[in-house]
Amino acid sequence: MTKITRRRFLAASLAGGAAVTLAPARKAMASGSFEGYPEGMGVLVDLTRCVGCRSCEAACNKEQQLPAPAEPFDDPSVFDQTFHGGTQKRRTDENHYTVVNRYQPEDGGAPVYRKIQCNHCNEPACLTSCFVNAYTKTREGAVIYNPDVCVGCRNCMVACPFNIPAYAYSSVLNPRIRKCIFCYDTRLKNGKPPACVEACPQEALTFGHRKNLLKIARERIKLNPDRYVDHIYGEKEVGGTAWLYLSGVPFEQAGFNTTLQQEPIINNVKDFLSMVPMVLAIWPAMFSGFHLLAKHREAHAEDHAHPQQEEDKP
Amino acid sequence: MRITKEEIAMQVTRNCLLVALVALALAWLPVGPARAGEGPDQVTLDSLASLYQGVNFDHAAHEGMAESCATCHHHTTGAAPLNPACQGCHEAGQQAATVACRDCHLAEPFSAEALRAKDENIHLFHTDQVGLKAAYHLACMGCHKETGGPVGCQDCHARTEAGDAFFHAGAYAPPPAPAGGHGE
Repeated sequence: MTKITRRRFLAASLAGGAAVTLAPARKAMASGSFEGYPEGMGVLVDLTRCVGCRSCEAACNKEQQLPAPAEPFDDPSVFDQTFHGGTQKRRTDENHYTVVNRYQPEDGGAPVYRKIQCNHCNEPACLTSCFVNAYTKTREGAVIYNPDVCVGCRNCMVACPFNIPAYAYSSVLNPRIRKCIFCYDTRLKNGKPPACVEACPQEALTFGHRKNLLKIARERIKLNPDRYVDHIYGEKEVGGTAWLYLSGVPFEQAGFNTTLQQEPIINNVKDFLSMVPMVLAIWPAMFSGFHLLAKHREAHAEDHAHPQQEEDKP
Repeated sequence: MRITKEEIAMQVTRNCLLVALVALALAWLPVGPARAGEGPDQVTLDSLASLYQGVNFDHAAHEGMAESCATCHHHTTGAAPLNPACQGCHEAGQQAATVACRDCHLAEPFSAEALRAKDENIHLFHTDQVGLKAAYHLACMGCHKETGGPVGCQDCHARTEAGDAFFHAGAYAPPPAPAGGHGE
């Protein structure tokens, strides 16, 4: 057994610790300011234009080859459906990647319709929560996933601040996560808008580069200050999303979560996560060092029994 | 075959005559802003028809209801635009070569070419110009909502069979759900 001196052990663990802590710290700082790919696409949803015709739902169903719906897509009675004792409006699920809900503003004005689907975050929490790396944020702005590697842990369902990823509970043999993929496979990667955008009769959905959509949104607010609330939902929320929203009523009255942080979700745990490699590298070395030192002292003590200790014995 | 000088001369004379005749015909056309009653009585809007049939738009009836031609045609008929935002450039109206919606509003507003053009002119006011389908619907529905006109989809255009299949409605409607389905 090689002899480890106290001095050598401390020097080695300090050097190792410094190497491990410095590397991820630099990486974490660099990724903290990611605001989406420069050529990333997006959709600007203008709630003041939506009339609740549900054409987008029908288009999504056709494009993604989803099962036939329980009610026709021109049936407005679905807006009255509620779940969980009336607290929950319709949500996305394995057979509906997008749904439109109706909200009654508090001022008693005309009802507001809001389409929900994946917002395709700049820094998606689903992606960072996935330990098999099933998710990808593409250069075009879509958050897609590889269902073949999905193990069904459902971490992404918990992580998503918009409650979008849904689980295929109905499938016994191959349950997996399902959600809107911005029509990536069939349209977006070929430079085409998603099916819902194309179907919308009112152009409540405007497709374009995210950076341009922000300019258009600001211009609409500026030209029609009485029509819009002065806020673009998704510009800053959870670090920014590819889908942006304009509304004529306060966003919380149209079912939006207005308590979300401005920082990406990953920022909450980034500092902690950057510590993990250090802990994994240093702790084994440190504790085996302690162990060896203790062992060494024991062996030492046996070899050269201290005469004073023997004197202390009764 | 060789062309003789006489033949060329004859062709030139014929062309000159044609140009003169066209100029004469154009002179008869109204100059200055179009006024109500000068438009067509009926316009068939069917260039986008697929899920729904085209619309037979009663232009004459709407001429009487609209405040001005500019209500729908912006500055293109020569009337002053009603939207103050347009008046910066088109204060007195600016008659355009065409007044048809489809000649300015794109049938495919989000095609790669359209987005490229938008990218190059992102600071231009018209960057936020809507596509043809939205131009129809926003103009018609906007007014109809305010004035109590029809706003149902099939009030203006009947759904086609392709439309029924798309919406899973009509002959393609799903069978009634069994009792005890989800929801309240």
